[in-house]
Amino acid sequence: MTALDTMQKLEILADAAKYDASCASSGTAKRNSTGGKGVGSTEGMGICHAYAPDGRCISLLKILLTNHCIFDCHYCINRKSSNVRRARFTPREVADLTLTFYRRNYIEGLFLSSGIIKSSNHTMELLVETARILREEHDFRGYIHLKTIPEADPELAHQAGLYADRVSINVELPTDSGLTRLAPDKNSRQIEGAMGGMKMAIRQSKDERKRFKHAPRFAPGGQSTQMIVGADAATDSDIVGKASRLYGNFKLRRVYYSAFSPIPDASAVLPLKRPPLMREHRLYQSDWLMRFYGFAPQEVMQATEADGNLPLDIDPKLAWALKFRDRFPVDVNRASREDLLRVPGLGTRAVGQILASRRHRTLRLDDVGKLTVSVAKVRPFICTADWRPTLLTDRADLRSLLAPKQEQLELFAA
Amino acid sequence: MTALQHVKLGTYYVVHMPEPDDFAFWRERARQLVQCDVPPDRVAWVEPGGNGSLFSHGDKRLPVPEDDKIIRASKRFLSIAKNVCHHSDPERFSLLYAMLWRLQSNPRLMEDKADSQVRRLEDMDKSVRRDAHKMHAFVRFRMVEDDEGNEHYVAWFEPDHHIVRREAGFFVRRFANMHWSILTPRGCIHWDGETLRESGPAQKSDAPQGDPAEDLWRKYYASIFNPARLKIGAMLKEMPRKYWKNMPEAALIPELVAGAQRRESEMVDAGALEFEDRPETLAAIDKAIHACRKCPIGNLDNQAVMGEGPDDAALMIVGEQPGDQEDQAGKPFVGPAGQVLDAALEQAGIERRETYVTNAVKHFKYVQRGKRRLHQSPTAKEIDVCRWWHEAERAIVKPKVVLALGASAARAMLGKTVSISKVRGEPLALDDGSELWVTAHPSYLLRLDGDAKAEQERLFAADLAALKDRLAQLAQ
Repeated sequence: MTALDTMQKLEILADAAKYDASCASSGTAKRNSTGGKGVGSTEGMGICHAYAPDGRCISLLKILLTNHCIFDCHYCINRKSSNVRRARFTPREVADLTLTFYRRNYIEGLFLSSGIIKSSNHTMELLVETARILREEHDFRGYIHLKTIPEADPELAHQAGLYADRVSINVELPTDSGLTRLAPDKNSRQIEGAMGGMKMAIRQSKDERKRFKHAPRFAPGGQSTQMIVGADAATDSDIVGKASRLYGNFKLRRVYYSAFSPIPDASAVLPLKRPPLMREHRLYQSDWLMRFYGFAPQEVMQATEADGNLPLDIDPKLAWALKFRDRFPVDVNRASREDLLRVPGLGTRAVGQILASRRHRTLRLDDVGKLTVSVAKVRPFICTADWRPTLLTDRADLRSLLAPKQEQLELFAA
Repeated sequence: MTALQHVKLGTYYVVHMPEPDDFAFWRERARQLVQCDVPPDRVAWVEPGGNGSLFSHGDKRLPVPEDDKIIRASKRFLSIAKNVCHHSDPERFSLLYAMLWRLQSNPRLMEDKADSQVRRLEDMDKSVRRDAHKMHAFVRFRMVEDDEGNEHYVAWFEPDHHIVRREAGFFVRRFANMHWSILTPRGCIHWDGETLRESGPAQKSDAPQGDPAEDLWRKYYASIFNPARLKIGAMLKEMPRKYWKNMPEAALIPELVAGAQRRESEMVDAGALEFEDRPETLAAIDKAIHACRKCPIGNLDNQAVMGEGPDDAALMIVGEQPGDQEDQAGKPFVGPAGQVLDAALEQAGIERRETYVTNAVKHFKYVQRGKRRLHQSPTAKEIDVCRWWHEAERAIVKPKVVLALGASAARAMLGKTVSISKVRGEPLALDDGSELWVTAHPSYLLRLDGDAKAEQERLFAADLAALKDRLAQLAQ
């Protein structure tokens, strides 16, 4: 076999990394390259330097160190029994590539993950070494996200946290049975144990920094995780429940949902069909409801249908409102922030603007129209000075009135 | 003449802005005018190069306020005004002045988000901030080396608003130790590692035309895109076409979009795993496996061998794959290994007639050597493909216990490769609540001789004896 050049390796190892949903570069400590030797800054808000035609943001150089793997997880393109082309970067090659891209303003930094080669510890050492070269040899002050390997020595995971802005460990599947079936070499207790370790380290570092200004930072961007949707039989209720436990137990910054998408040379036990993108979207919406709209996980679960899944044709907030119509209509001139946040079609921004504006005027439907995207969607659930929905809120066919009129044809419907 | 007299006389004023984004200058003049009670419709604000002819009759000398009247402006207004000054709308300074005028009677006006003027300023503020954010994101440097080998990074960017000076700090902080220039039609900024320098408007041809690193970047862009998730609208929303011409990777977009459907269906076809609904009777499975070509074994000269036994058996025995004799007979475990199994079952007191006997892989995999067909072990992938069929069998028979013979059968049940010596003798739980016992494959015993053979035969018998006890326990 001839040696691969950088271009070929980059092609293989970026291709192998594209099934990871996260590319975020936000929420870390502020720093810049003034007074340093290298380049790089992080100023709080992440920057998406490009968007791929799949609508996903390209913020970081997201690659695998290698796609060789001793594990055999069915959903993964890099599993041992897959016939995919294999390649391997050295830590130094990855560091050089990161800087080449960063200096031209293509990226915010690096998101490095890897297949498991030789052993979990060996692999983790290579990931940490890459981050060390960037931070110590090149004084790189951009963003680094390291995927840590739950089976690796906790000491290595700790070093990863000292170099990286964010660390993540994927829970992969929402149920233990799914994990046993599809990722036979992984173990949910080990994964959650490692996440627990990270949580403790992050908290301890925050605590130390309160008392000692120069205490080392540990993963200031926190930790995140990813769940694959649609590869096993888990319902949206299962997924929402799992996500809220993860947020609660491990103080995660984000739980990413990744619609299982067909991979070349897939394993036979998985559905090979178009990825359930709408389902993924509804799960993200429910995630938002829990994080920003004051919904309890149980309330999101109440919005699911008999099969435990969220409706695909309407968003989960509307689904919830249709089930709990006694909570509506809400008077926009009087209601509390909490109640306004429950109104389908009112976002956090619109609610903030309503609260500010109503100190100056009694809001009419027209005014609400200026503050929201679609007043038609909001109308059945609110009262204003000149509007009461009267019977509208109770109409049995309200759902069909509010659901998108025609199902949008899928671009590539079979 | 006093200021008040000016206003009463209906004098018009014109203010010429020295720079298109000079907030400090605007603030000084605006304060002065409000102090003199000059209403918004009496002031024209003209940006550099702007068309002031309509107001050429306006007085360029502003009135001087008689007392230092306090002018009120909320924090929110000031922060918005600082951004709005950078907007490209020629009316921006007049709009700001009108708002400042109204704030004197209603200091909390900015909170009224339903007011149309407030909304317009908010929108302009947002537009400037978005333009700045897109500049941070979409500036693309190209590296050129000077004669002494020093690297100089040069970018060409076309902002919508007057933001170049405003955003210099971001690039200085980020690339403090690089020499760089950002050229734009609204003026340029240059950093040499120590000082920031400004220069007049530039043209695209002033910037370098390429950079070898762009090939790598384009390769990355094409590879990170997942064709199965095409969402063009989402991309366009955040990366509108107007930016594409200055981004090296954007040239690939039409091609990637056009190829996406083909690549996705290739992935699906390459797997060729679009199984129909799972068959619900053993007869249907039998029929379906004969037509199965999901892996290369099905294309050899062989026939599928269906499992055999009662459809409600408590025990299911799973072997690896049919051998030469099984393939000819169309029945499982009838060759030499089958005889070893039969003898061992009889010794343990297990009735083969009451068990369901099948294989992890349904077709015989072999290589032809002269007239002989030599057995070949199936690959992990082939075992995984065939899982579909024996899982269908298991779903119908619903055995309480499954006995896997050998590593291939164990892989088919567990989805991972295990070592027989580590897992034998103890039951493992399966998803559906049944239990799995693993032991060696009888053909392994045939390949051994001497002490090793005796030892393995003893272990095999012991495994079956333990299984028999367990079956008796479960039957109670």
